Amino acid sequence: MSIAVQNIRRSFGSFAALAGIDLTVSPGRLVALLGPSGSGKTTLLRILAGLEYADPGSGRIFFDGADVTDLPPGRRQVGFVFQHYALFRHLTVFENVAFGLRVRKRRDRPNTSEIADRVRRLLELVQLPGLERRYPHQLSGGQRQRVALARALAVEPKVLLLDEPFGALDAKVRKDLRRWLRRFHDEIHLTTLFVTHDQEEALEIADEVVVMNQGRIEQVGMPQEVYDRPASPFVYQFIGDVNVLRAASDDGTVAPLGVASWDGRVYVRPQDIAVHRHPGAPGGLPAVIRHIHAAGPHVRLQLEQVHSREALEVELSRAELGELKAGVGSLVDVRLRQIHSFDNGYATGI
Amino acid sequence: MEPAVPGRLIPSAMAAFSRTLASTAPAAPRAARDPRWVRWALTAGALVFLGLFLALPLAAVFAEALRRGLAAYAEAIASSDALAAIRLTLLTAAIVVPANTVFGTAAAWAIAKFPFRGKSLLITLIDLPFAVSPVISGLVYVLVFGADGWFGSWLIDHNTPIVFAVPGIVLATTFVTFPFVARELIPLMQTQGNDEELAAVTLGAGGWQTFWRVTLPNIKWGLLYGVILCNARAMGEFGAVSVVSGHIRGETNTMPLHVEILYNEYNFVGAFAVASLLALLALVTLTLKTLVEWRHSGQAGQS
Repeated sequence: MSIAVQNIRRSFGSFAALAGIDLTVSPGRLVALLGPSGSGKTTLLRILAGLEYADPGSGRIFFDGADVTDLPPGRRQVGFVFQHYALFRHLTVFENVAFGLRVRKRRDRPNTSEIADRVRRLLELVQLPGLERRYPHQLSGGQRQRVALARALAVEPKVLLLDEPFGALDAKVRKDLRRWLRRFHDEIHLTTLFVTHDQEEALEIADEVVVMNQGRIEQVGMPQEVYDRPASPFVYQFIGDVNVLRAASDDGTVAPLGVASWDGRVYVRPQDIAVHRHPGAPGGLPAVIRHIHAAGPHVRLQLEQVHSREALEVELSRAELGELKAGVGSLVDVRLRQIHSFDNGYATGI
Repeated sequence: MEPAVPGRLIPSAMAAFSRTLASTAPAAPRAARDPRWVRWALTAGALVFLGLFLALPLAAVFAEALRRGLAAYAEAIASSDALAAIRLTLLTAAIVVPANTVFGTAAAWAIAKFPFRGKSLLITLIDLPFAVSPVISGLVYVLVFGADGWFGSWLIDHNTPIVFAVPGIVLATTFVTFPFVARELIPLMQTQGNDEELAAVTLGAGGWQTFWRVTLPNIKWGLLYGVILCNARAMGEFGAVSVVSGHIRGETNTMPLHVEILYNEYNFVGAFAVASLLALLALVTLTLKTLVEWRHSGQAGQS
C-alpha cells in the first residue's frame, strides 16, 4: 500500500515537533525514518498509526489514495510495533498474537480453530514455533520483539510501522535481528516504515532513508545517495563521520582551499584524505599528528593543521599507516581528495 | 616512634596487614557480630511491645466476649439490635465498596492515563478524606443535609431524610473510604504506562474491550488490595458515621456505634461480642491483604 503525507504539522505548545511534513512512500518499500532524538520521527510514525493526531487544520494522510487522517487506529489497517514491544504481560504468547482476532466483531471473527491455525503460522513465520504457552516475561528481548511483530501481523495490516525496533536490544542481537528483518521484509513485501536514530542500521537495511531534523525532512533517498550526496550540512554530519573545515581564513581574504561555500564551511570524510610524508609540497596542507587510534580494522589519525590549527580526522588502512612511517608529533602533508561544500544549502561536489 | 629501617619496617607492616586480613576474613556483617545478649534483648523488647500493644488487646476482646460462656456470647450477637447493626454495616459496605471501586478505578484511570488540566487538584481532592478528621467529614454532611442545613428542610418536606438515616451513613462512609482504591491504583497504573492500551487500540480493540482485556487484568491485584482495605474501613468507620447516624437503635446503628452504646451501658459481654466480630473482620482482612500482597509482588516481579 502506498502512503502519502501532505503538510502534516504537530506542535506541543510553542515547540513544533513536526513543521510541515510531505512524504510519499511507494508500496512494498522498507523505509527508515532516521534522525536524532527530538527530530519528530516517532511523532510522525504515531500520527501515521493514528495514535497521535496532527494539528487540526494541518495536512492530510492518504493510504492508497484514501484519506485516513480522521480514522481511529483500529480502522487504519496498520500494524504497530512499540519500542518496548508493549506485549500484554498477563497473556501468553498465543493469546498476545490472537488478540487482534479475538476483539473483532462476531461476524468478522474467525472461529477458534482458525485462530489457532493463524497464530501457529504467524509464530512459524517469525521463527518462534512452540512458544505459544510462554508469558512475555519468560522471553528474551529478541523473542519479545518477534512476538510483537507476529501480533501486529495477525490483523493483516497493509502497513507495518516499527518504533525503534532494535533500540532495546544488545549490540549482537541488534545486528542479527535487523538482517532478519530485511529478509523478512523481502518475504512478505509489506510497506514498512521504521524509526531509528542509528544511521548504520538505516543505511544497511532500508530501501529508502528519510533523514529528519527538528521536525523537518532534510533528505529522502536511497542509502547510497544519502551517504554520497548529502543534501544539507546536517545530513552530512549525521550520516557517517565528517570533518568540518572553514572555507576561508578569519579575515575573509584568503580562501585556503579555494572553494566558494554558502555556509563558509567545507565537508570532508575522514577516508577522503590522503597523508604523505613531505610537508611543504605545493598543494598540500601541513599538519601535525596528535593521536593515533589503531584499534580496529582501520587506523584513525587525529591531526592538527599547522596554519589554521583546525583539527582533522583521517582514516587510513593499517598498510597505509605502515608506509607513512610517521608517529605522534610527526609533521605530515595532507591532501583532501574529495571535498563538498553547500552552495545556498545544496551540495556541490568538487 | 621507631626509625623506619627497611629490614624492620617491612615485616611489621606485613604483620599489620595480615592482622587486618584475619580480622576481616570472616566477612560477617557488623550486625551479626553484636553480642548475643544485645540481640536477644532487642528481639525480646520488640516482642513484648507487640504483645502488649497488639496481641493482648486483641486477646482481651475475645476473652471479654466469652467471659460468660458461649451461650451468652451467642445471645448477645443474636439480639435484635445487634443483628440490625450487623445488617446495616453489611448494607453500607455493600453499597460503598462497589461504588468506591468503580469511582476509584475511574479516577485512577483518568489520572494515570490522560493528561488534563487540574490533574494535581484532583489528586489533592482524592487525598482530602485522609487529611481531614472523620468527625469533620460527618459534620459537613450534617451542615449540608441536616434539618438546619442548606437542603435539610427541602429533603424533610420531600420525605427523604439523609442525616440521621441510612443515606447519610452511606454518604459519610463513601466519603471517608474513597481514597483507598484510587490511591492504590494511581501509582500502579502510572508505572504501567499506556503502551499496552495503545497496542490494543491499534489491534482494533474498542474502549471497553481495551479496559476489560488489558487494563483491568493488569491492575487486578492492586484493585483487590484497595477493595479489601476499603471494605475494612467501611465496616469499621466510627467518627463520620457517629456524627450523621443519630444512634437510633435498630435503625441507624452500625456495628462500631453499637459497640460504643453497649459499652456505655456497662453491657460488656454484648459490647465485646460485637467487637469480636469486628476484630475477626480485621484478622480476615489482614490475611487476605497478605495473600494479595504476595500474589501482587509475584506479578510485579514478572514484568
